[in-house]
Amino acid sequence: MSDAWIVVGIVSAGTIALKSAGPLLLGGRELPPRVMGVLALLAPSLLAALIVTNTLGGDRAVELDARAPGLAVAGVALLLRAPLLVVVAAAAAVTAGVRALGWLA
Amino acid sequence: MAVAAERASGTMAEGARAAAPLAVAVGVFGIAFGVLARDAFGATASLVFSAATFAGSAQFAAVSLVGTGGMAGAIVAALLLNSRYLPIGLSVAPSLPRPLWRRLLAAQLCVDESWAIAHRGGGRYDARVLIGAGIVLYLAWLVGTALGLLGGEVIGDPEDLGMDAAFPALFLALLAGQVHDRRGAVAAVLGGLVALALVPFVPAGVPIIAASVVCLIGLRPVRA
Repeated sequence: MSDAWIVVGIVSAGTIALKSAGPLLLGGRELPPRVMGVLALLAPSLLAALIVTNTLGGDRAVELDARAPGLAVAGVALLLRAPLLVVVAAAAAVTAGVRALGWLA
Repeated sequence: MAVAAERASGTMAEGARAAAPLAVAVGVFGIAFGVLARDAFGATASLVFSAATFAGSAQFAAVSLVGTGGMAGAIVAALLLNSRYLPIGLSVAPSLPRPLWRRLLAAQLCVDESWAIAHRGGGRYDARVLIGAGIVLYLAWLVGTALGLLGGEVIGDPEDLGMDAAFPALFLALLAGQVHDRRGAVAAVLGGLVALALVPFVPAGVPIIAASVVCLIGLRPVRA
């Protein structure tokens, strides 16, 4: 078997196991209120981490590049209560523009 | 995005609509993945990878590392990136449908975007919204990968289109809709700071897992 198939096999099996562990371990049970309190905060903390790593994360370095102005514009669009599609498109357009101009490369 | 009442249950169509703008970005990244993966993995293994793993960042990491970092490095990096699905899976588990086979199938459709779209606040998730959004994103990822494998060089680099900024913008929009109280805001700020502090020192994926530990502040009883 080639290296590629070994990587595909192990990563796929591992990912399916990671996604299945919660539903298997918890069954359909309701969780105690304290645990729900913890899980309620999982979304904000993970989303903030995803924002930071997707905007400033580089190869083991914090990188300020064209993604940051894109995110800033998305923030402004959100404050102006723009629809989701507009928020996402504005971020992509600004990042593409800044990159094309060669700023913050 | 439709604002559903906290207790009202959404539909798969609602999830699909909410995911549609992202499906475009996911599809373009799928094309990029197909283009990059064809050389490293070959067409069949690349398509199977997208169908079975369905996690863009981990797949990109695996393909980029299998050439330089070797097989073990590629596997470890990809699984670390996906280790966030352990806490994510735990968070959605109480909301998933029965019986077990449906729960496990729905869990596979849980990716960052569908999970965030399906959150109804207070740690509760709408399974139908999750499944609708997940199916749209899954199809976009698979079709994108296939197009890339068939020769997607015409599309150009997704980074030239700013597509990499589409993801944090989406996560910011979702975060804005999910911070309902001071605790949520504190968890978001701390989570972001933990991830930022760790980025230079640990492999990609680990900062996200470490940030999830912040949710333990929810153990403190709420003061009235």
